[in-house]
Amino acid sequence: MKILEMRELLAARTYACPDRTREDVAAAAASDMLSDVLAMGGAPDVLITGLLNPQVIRTAVLMDARCVVFVRGKVPGPAIVELAEESGVCVLGTDMPMYQVCGVLHAHGLAAAR
Amino acid sequence: MVREYTVYGNDFVRAGEVSGKIKTILKGLGYPPEMIRRAAITTYEAEMNMVIHADGGRVRASFSPEEVVLVFADQGPGIADLNLAMQAGWSTASETARQLGFGGGMGLPNIRRYSDALDIDTKVGTGTTLTITIRPGGRNL
Repeated sequence: MKILEMRELLAARTYACPDRTREDVAAAAASDMLSDVLAMGGAPDVLITGLLNPQVIRTAVLMDARCVVFVRGKVPGPAIVELAEESGVCVLGTDMPMYQVCGVLHAHGLAAAR
Repeated sequence: MVREYTVYGNDFVRAGEVSGKIKTILKGLGYPPEMIRRAAITTYEAEMNMVIHADGGRVRASFSPEEVVLVFADQGPGIADLNLAMQAGWSTASETARQLGFGGGMGLPNIRRYSDALDIDTKVGTGTTLTITIRPGGRNL
């Protein structure tokens, strides 16, 4: 699935790196606990979270994720957007809650990261 | 090749920078992606531990074709009960750390899980030194 399609499915807004929305993503991880994302140890292309701070972007970079989706209408502040732009991480934001985001994306073929 | 870095305590904006620098070096040196991922996880957790618990510290990274050795040395409070600290979910982290998505008690367990060797030298009131070894072709994720 392309990030663009994901954006449509989630009725999401783009906050950083709109040029990367044409890229493909295959697997995702979802958590509000970054240590849990690290513990999963897989290779997520997408990180779905309700947590809003720059560490989310750093975690995405360290895990080689190319897209972060903030759920529940969270709007990333300038520090997050700036770090994401610098790091080349595409940032989306949706009003949907995490459970719904995971359900929609999984139903459309986005796998769980392994 | 050896590189040394300083980690700053309670600086939750810069936290993770050192891990990012080490990851960039690993990529540049052409280590396999699975090894780089394991190194990224372990360095990030160890760096966050220093930021959260130890008021910062020093990191020494040695790179050779056979292995990467990462030494995280701090002069923090030390770990009173290492067995408890190695248990997933056990934590003494602050509310600030938890709000940032850390402090869930997964730090040391994650480091042990993704490293090929882990040595912990800790003394209450003196500090903690973690020596993490990661080898190409080591534990698979």
